Amino acid sequence: MSNKVLVTATINDEERSFVCEPRQSLLEVLRDVLHLTGAKEGCNNGNCGACAVIMNGVLVNSCLVLGVEANGAAITTIEGITPKEGLHPLQQKFLEDAALQCGICTPGFIVAAKALLDKNPNPTEQEVRYWLAGNLCRCTGYDKIVRAVLDAAATLRAEKQAA
Amino acid sequence: MTPVIKKTEAKTNGKPFKVIGQRVIRPDGVDKVTGRAQYGADVILPGLLYGKVLRSPHAHARILSIDTSAAEKLPGVKAVITGKDLKPAEDKVAKSGESSVNYSYLSQNVLAQDKVLYHGHPVAAVAATSIHIAEEALALIKVEYEVLPPVLNVLDAMKDDAPILLPNLRTKELGEVVSDKPTNIASHEQHARGDLAVGFAEADVIVEREFHTNTVHQGYIEPQNGTALWNADGQITVWTSTQGAWDQRRDLSEILHVPLSQIRVIPMEIGGGFGGKFPVYLEPLAALLSLKSGHRPVKMWMQRDEVLKATGPTSASVIRVKMGARKDGKITAAQAWLAYEAGAFPGSPVGAGMGVIFAPYKLDNVQIDGYDVVVNKPAAKAYRAPGGTNAAFAGETVIDELAEKLGMDPITFRRINAAKEGDRRADGPIYGRIGFIETLDAIEKHPHYHAPLPEPRAPYMKVGRGVACGFWYNWDGKSSASAVVNPDGTVSYLEGSTDIGGTRASLAMMLAETLGIHYEDVKPMVGDTQTVGYNDGTGGSRTTYGSGMAAYHLGKEIIREMKQRAAVLWEVPADDINVEGDVYSYGEKRITFKELCAKLDETGGPMSVSVSLDTKGAIPALATHVVDVEVDTETGKVNILRYTAAQDVGRAIHPSYVEGQIHGGVAQGIGWALNEEYYYDKDGHLMNASLLDYRMPTALDLPMIEAVIVEVPNPNHPFGVKGVGEVPIVPPAAAIANAIYRATGVRMTVLPMNPKNVLQALGKI
Repeated sequence: MSNKVLVTATINDEERSFVCEPRQSLLEVLRDVLHLTGAKEGCNNGNCGACAVIMNGVLVNSCLVLGVEANGAAITTIEGITPKEGLHPLQQKFLEDAALQCGICTPGFIVAAKALLDKNPNPTEQEVRYWLAGNLCRCTGYDKIVRAVLDAAATLRAEKQAA
Repeated sequence: MTPVIKKTEAKTNGKPFKVIGQRVIRPDGVDKVTGRAQYGADVILPGLLYGKVLRSPHAHARILSIDTSAAEKLPGVKAVITGKDLKPAEDKVAKSGESSVNYSYLSQNVLAQDKVLYHGHPVAAVAATSIHIAEEALALIKVEYEVLPPVLNVLDAMKDDAPILLPNLRTKELGEVVSDKPTNIASHEQHARGDLAVGFAEADVIVEREFHTNTVHQGYIEPQNGTALWNADGQITVWTSTQGAWDQRRDLSEILHVPLSQIRVIPMEIGGGFGGKFPVYLEPLAALLSLKSGHRPVKMWMQRDEVLKATGPTSASVIRVKMGARKDGKITAAQAWLAYEAGAFPGSPVGAGMGVIFAPYKLDNVQIDGYDVVVNKPAAKAYRAPGGTNAAFAGETVIDELAEKLGMDPITFRRINAAKEGDRRADGPIYGRIGFIETLDAIEKHPHYHAPLPEPRAPYMKVGRGVACGFWYNWDGKSSASAVVNPDGTVSYLEGSTDIGGTRASLAMMLAETLGIHYEDVKPMVGDTQTVGYNDGTGGSRTTYGSGMAAYHLGKEIIREMKQRAAVLWEVPADDINVEGDVYSYGEKRITFKELCAKLDETGGPMSVSVSLDTKGAIPALATHVVDVEVDTETGKVNILRYTAAQDVGRAIHPSYVEGQIHGGVAQGIGWALNEEYYYDKDGHLMNASLLDYRMPTALDLPMIEAVIVEVPNPNHPFGVKGVGEVPIVPPAAAIANAIYRATGVRMTVLPMNPKNVLQALGKI
């Protein structure tokens, strides 16, 4: 039995402390310890992006981060992207544009797309495709996902301009 | 891009639909974009244990002994099981989904008995208090094997002196066992009509080719999972991601030797399936581990390498095609020989492939032979239009070559031979109102077909345009549904088809349309084996057809009951009440559905209805695709520049999800065509069991895909529905091969058409 470590992190703007084994990934901690099951396990080795979270402003696959590495970090999961009222424009456009079928990859895509739009509010189609190439979807052929991200970017730009 | 929707006759007595055809928000959508939706692996229960599977490191071996004693002693381990804990299941075949299942084989696939038959075959399983302890315990299990020579491709497996996988297997030759010789050939079937010799003698051109395709996987992003509680009272509850909860209940009953009534299967949200999530894998093991650990719930889910090594894939195949045609374009004879790998146990989709290969065409002289052959690979399972893509790759490539040799446009050539209503397929059935010619028309008229090809970006880049068509059977099957009519005018709607891609929306739309009420006033939920009547699984492109028909009849039942309530209210005969949309009337009296709901309490009390149907009348789907490719003749890489897919869908209930099915099928077809394949070493070890090495298309690999919806309504369905989901995967490989030919002058006869195989075909390596 490995030694357990006390870890404190800010997860979705809440301070959370948990005891974790050094061999536990951040994904495992999120899902099995904190019961934040929005991050999905599709491959557990960084190939599919279904477990994407934003850690200290950087998009990461939480299956490739150890739970102990989260100590002191600020982490945003899909659960933290949802605003207090209504939906984030990415969530709204994914629904309006039917950008999900089975939905298992959707949390990862929305987190990844948010990380893109945080950096680049006006991406081209090619830039969206390049950024999202780390997230696999087997249902949609990406067509409606790419459109939803471009539509959400336009909404966010319009909201910013209005503000 | 706005989709082209071609409207033909509408079965609405001239009135437009109110709900059908709208692009409404799916009812489960918010949960899925906020991360709240509960998929199989998200189940958390008090006292939960974690289960893991020990898998064979060999492709073919005899199990001499298994020693689990050290694993059992590891602190935290609560149960260990091996094949000895699984009483053999009966050697009998039952229908499962669109295909069939032999319970003995299914049981042996879940947990090996005396032999392992593929790399990754389960040999033992452990339940422990953490996933890591379970993994440590696996390492403590000692298995002694006698390694046997593996057989890894269909032609080797068919040889007389091939190593034998299943000692008791005998070939079913046209349905009968005629020899007692042990074999790997599980069956030979044949469809034949007319006279091939006469047909080929009449031909002005004949094309004959042999095609080889490799094993590919469904590639759903959610790995298989299963959580089970075998309670002290003998009741078993299973939470799982399944396409068919009732199929699972029956499979569990047969494998565990427990009556159906003691098993409840709760289908959780499902992260893709494509046919691969019909069979049980982990669920029986989780149930046995639960029993053995003192009735604690056990959760299991696979790692990605386990998914690739031991679930799903669809068959590698060898297909020989010979076709002849006259100068006027008439096909005079068509012959095909298909051998499909079944993997470790009989059951490849060769029968379906035999039906697909020439289905779009009216043929007088035809013979199709198919062989189902076991090899040391995972047991093949359904994958979207099972067996269709590789069959169409062969058939449609030869069709393209015939057109080229006759100097005919490929669409014109296909139109001359196109099957239509009343024509008999090679495999027997007579076509109903199919819309094949309408899809040819849609592509021929589409700007894509006439647009100039882009200029090659470099002298070594070649561009070309290809066309191919596809067929899929579609299935109707059994569906149940129930509803509660609420006093506020809403309808709680329970249906039994796992929603794998938005069908809660399309089914709720059909119920709302029937009732004349708003879509938002129908509240759909997916039931389980204990809460709603029997449903065939979500497969065979059947859900919007069969469960849609159940939604319609459920609506009609609600209307019948509502008329009785209005009759009580007004003290008039129920039969004399008129219903127009959501308005119930008798003479001057009128009341809306919503108003009548508020009066349920005073007109007889609560209202609930249910229906159970065995639906008939599905009509096949046909499609025509056109693709532009760019071939880098230096590296062999093929890029998809533009893709347009026209498909007869009968009726697009929710056009966005219809387009989505077409996009997704095309994308999988492109992956199959260009990249995806299983690599085995000579000993039968799968060498690319990860999503990095089993390379599915990413967003960067694909262009936008234009879906052209053609609507030729199915007269057997109240709203004209035909199945949508499967046929779009059928044409892509052939369309791309034909485009590569037009670009380079080289016919591709091998899948995938990856850089190595393209360079080989170009003679560069």
